[in-house]
This record gives sequence, structure tokens and C-alpha cells, in this order.
Amino acid sequence: MTEPVLDIHGISKSFGAIEASRNVSLDLRPGEIHALIGPNGAGKSTLIAQIAGALAPDAGQVMLNGADVTALGTVERARLGLGRTFQISSLAMEHTVLQNAVLGALGERGGVFRFFRPIMSDPDLLRTARAALERVGLQDHERQRTADLSHGQRRQLEVAVALTLSPKVFLMDEPMAGLGAEGSQALTGLLDGLRTEAPILLVEHDMDAVFALADRISVLVYGEIIATGTPDEIRADARVREAYLGEEVA
Amino acid sequence: MTRERLVNAVILLGLLGTALGAWAMDAPYTITLATKVAILALAGVGLNIALGLGGLVSLGHAVFFGIGGYAMGILASHAQSYSPILTTPFVIEGTKSMPVIWLVAILASALAGLVIGALSLRTSGVYFIMITLAFGQMFFYFAISWPAYGGEDGLSIYVRNGFPGLNTLDPIQFFLICFVLLALGLGLTARLARSAFGLALTSARQNAARVQAVGISPYRLRLVAFMLSGMVTGLAGALYADLNRFVSPTMFSWQTSGEIMVFIILGGVGRLFGPVVGAAVFIVLEHVLGGLSEYWHIYLGALLLLVVLFARGGIIGLVAGREVAHD
Ligand SMILES: Nc1ncnc2c1ncn2[C@@H]1O[C@H](COP(=O)(O)OP(=O)(O)O)[C@@H](O)[C@H]1O
Ligand SMILES: [Mg+2]
Repeated sequence: MTEPVLDIHGISKSFGAIEASRNVSLDLRPGEIHALIGPNGAGKSTLIAQIAGALAPDAGQVMLNGADVTALGTVERARLGLGRTFQISSLAMEHTVLQNAVLGALGERGGVFRFFRPIMSDPDLLRTARAALERVGLQDHERQRTADLSHGQRRQLEVAVALTLSPKVFLMDEPMAGLGAEGSQALTGLLDGLRTEAPILLVEHDMDAVFALADRISVLVYGEIIATGTPDEIRADARVREAYLGEEVA
Repeated sequence: MTRERLVNAVILLGLLGTALGAWAMDAPYTITLATKVAILALAGVGLNIALGLGGLVSLGHAVFFGIGGYAMGILASHAQSYSPILTTPFVIEGTKSMPVIWLVAILASALAGLVIGALSLRTSGVYFIMITLAFGQMFFYFAISWPAYGGEDGLSIYVRNGFPGLNTLDPIQFFLICFVLLALGLGLTARLARSAFGLALTSARQNAARVQAVGISPYRLRLVAFMLSGMVTGLAGALYADLNRFVSPTMFSWQTSGEIMVFIILGGVGRLFGPVVGAAVFIVLEHVLGGLSEYWHIYLGALLLLVVLFARGGIIGLVAGREVAHD
């Protein structure tokens, strides 16, 4: 079996009495989309934050390409190739769409401490940024102020910025939320092709998208992974049906 | 040309025109006022790098203004008394040369910015404001309690420092030096805002998590911004001391920090020419109303209140409209 790109061991995290992660282990293999599903408040975003380095786990380890990154912060993990999208759009709202994408390209390329040359005429960064915007379908909006985008467009820009990073792993927290049927379909198509560039850990509520895309699915309930398996296995799992899926996928 | 650029050009030419007009009409006091505007505006341009671009509300920028002032005062006082600053382990002489004084002011400010920034940027919000304020007070009381350099009374310099090829005692020539430095400061800030560093810094102001997620450390950006900001304000401090031929601990006071911030808020936070307009309005009010009543700050306060309540983009925002994103 190929080595996992991302390997999480025994992650636990409590907020006071709330156990948001209970001994969570999962891995992400090259070329796959691994979906993480679970009801609201199950601890999906908390887990993503711990993988991204924004939140320190109480116990457990995060391994990226065989290296223990548990002690590293967000910035270092991003540099090592973790490309994250946020559940709640997290963008520079006063900047244009293109500027947000260029920021991503700059983070990936490096050279932040340059003080004179106008960055918005740097051909390499512009090429990377525009290519990413085109892939999510925002190419006609590049000069728009991010605050003026619709909710769905901001979601798309989140994904575009992650694309500019050419990461080794994508961590996506509900990228489809608020996209509408057409938008979800387009993004599903994009993610489908993306897995060969880098595997995706995908938190998603849109079950059509999850079952269409995922190679494997893990189900998180009350901070605990109650099942991991192929979509067919998950569909057939009695505990999952009881705890979460109900009749939705019957 | 955008409307804001037009407004900026008018402001800059207005300042230059005022000084040249005063020179033609032989009104040296007006030239001095214009010089004061240019210098205070430069101090504001410095703070605007931290505050406007970086979102760092520093209430301690008087530290840099004072360091610049004392760099001038210390170097020039040793030069005028022919006593070296240091004899062991090596000799450092004072100097009456402006460019050397400026360089020392800028380097000392950079060092102070590095130390103060490294400590205070670990906090944010109100704590950051309080820590920068506390550093300002430390420098203030240090200057007061340092008898070698005048203590509470400050230091007087008898003759203005020199600049190669110019007669700095001539008000219009000294104005032009300050004006050129202001224009340079504005030009560099404009470049900075559009650079890679500027994009990352302004993004970190709007959303630090976003910047971290692309692998850039907001802390390092802010530290460098704080240093650059202090360097410009420090240069302004050296010029201000030369304008008055006098430095005192007042340059380190929190009122000075507050006034520099008032220029920016009046003119428009993050607007390139905000500090220029703010400093000009401040000096005009001080000059006009200050002659009528010693409580002229009441009117300044009222104006500030109006701007904050009704014109969030400051006077520049009022005249030139909302800021357009750079491209
Ligand atoms: N910073 C925090 N402080 C306290 N409780 C938190 C914090 N973040 C998340 N929680 C709690 O942890 C649980 C898991 O939240 P979250 O990870 O956002 O769930 P999900 O993304 O699956 O909807 C929830 O009960 C939430 O209220
Ligand atoms: Mg969530």
C-alpha cells in the first residue's frame, strides 16, 4: 500500500466539557478524496483546524508526508503543502478577487519582503492567479472587490486561493455550502479532477457531492469517528444510518 | 488619473505654493508654518504605514519622533561644544551634517522599532495600544531624567545643521529640504502599498488567518512594517528638532503620539495623503484659533468628532470618495 500523504493519530481535543475530537485517527492517500461527514457540531471544523495548525490538539499527532508536524503552526504547515479552505469564507474583503488570488500565488512562490516592484504586474503571479480563478469560474470577476461578491462566489474564491498554493494536500471545509445546484455541480467536477493533483480531505454536507466524489468516507459523530469505508460500505453501515444518515441515503 | 490622485497633486502643490508664495512676499513665518506642516505630515506618513496599511494602532510613535529629535540634539550638541560623544573604546564625534544626523535618526528608530515591535506585536487590540503607550512613557521619563542632555529642559542648538550646497538658515531652503523628504516619503509609501509586502501587509490587516493559510507570517510582516513606520517618523523627528533648533522630552510625550494619530484620522486612515491634509488642518487651526483662544483644542476635538462620525475616510475620503483597490 502507498504511504499516506496525511496521517492523523489519536487526536483529542476538549473545549471545557465538550469533547470536540475523541481519539480521532484517519489518513489521506495519494490520489483520493476522503470525505469527512457528520452532523452539525460533530467536530469536523475543529478537526480541520487541528490539521491545519490553527488549533493545538490535547493529544495525538499529525503527520504530513511522514514528518511529524504537530508542533508546527499554520504558517509552517501551509509552507509544507497544506492548502486549506475555510467553512466561513476567510478572505481579504477590501481587496479585489485578483488580489486575493495573487496573495495565494505570492505565498506559494515566496518573496514577500519586496518593497518596490508593483506586485499586480508580476507576470508569474498573475498567471498562477488567473489560472486558478478560471478553474473555479471567476475569471470575469477579477477586478471586483471581494466584499461585493455573492456568498457563492466567495466560496469559489476560497477554492481558487487554495489552488494557487499548489498544495500537497487540500483541506476543504464545506466548499459547496451556499453554492446552489449549478455551482455545486461545477465544483464537483473540479474537485473530481483535482484529486490527481493532490488528495483532498473534504468536509461536506452535500451528500450528492460526497457520494459522487469520495473514494472513502469517514463519519464523525460527537467527536468520534464511528465508521470509515467506501461509499458503499458507509451506505450499508447500520450505525451510520442510525446515527446520522437516516433515510436520506436509503 | 483617478480623483484621489488629482486631489493629492493639488494638496502637494498647495503646500509648495504656500511656501513659495510666502517667500515671494517675504513672509518667513508662513514659510516656517509650511515647513512645520511638511515635517509633521512626514511623521504622519510614517505612522500611516503601521496604522493605515498594517492596522497597527500605535500610541507610541512619539518614541520615534523623539529618537529622531534626540539624535539631532545629541550629535549637534557635541559638535557645538567640540566634545566627542564617546572616547573609549573608540572616538565618536558629534556632527552638524543633516544627512549624517538623518541616517543616525533612521537607524536608531529602526532598532527601537525592532525591539518595541518584537515585544508589543505579540499582543493585539487594546493591549497593543497600551504597550506602545507604555514604551512612549518610558522614553519620555528617561529623557526627563537624563541630565547630560538637558533633562526636563531639553537641548538647544544654536545654529541649524548644515546640508551640503544649501544654506539651511534660509527658511525657504530648509522648507524645500523638508518638502522633498516628504515627497520622497509619500512616493516610497505609495510604492510600498503596491508591492508584494504591501499586499501581504494589507491582507493581514483585513484577515490574518487568510495570510497564515497561504504560508505568510503576519507577525513578521507587522514587525517590518512597524520598523519602516518608525524610521520615517524618526526622520521627521530629526527635521522637527532642526526646525526649532531645540529638543525636549515633549517630543516623546503621549500627546505627541496622539497628535500624529490625529493628523491621520483627520486626513483619512490609510489614505496616502491623509497625514498631509491632517497636519495642514491641524497647523492652520492651531495658528488661526490658537490666536483667538488658548482652548483651541476644543474646536479641534469637535472637528475630529465630526470626521469620525460622518466621514470615516477622513477629509480625503470626503473629497476624493471611497478608496479604490489598487491594480
Ligand atoms: N473555540 C471553541 N470554543 C468552545 N467550543 C468550541 C470551539 N470550537 C468549536 N467548539 C464546539 O465544538 C463542537 C464541534 O464544533 P465544530 O468543529 O465547529 O463542528 P462541525 O464543524 O462538525 O459542525 C461544537 O459543540 C462547538 O460548539
Ligand atoms: Mg463546521
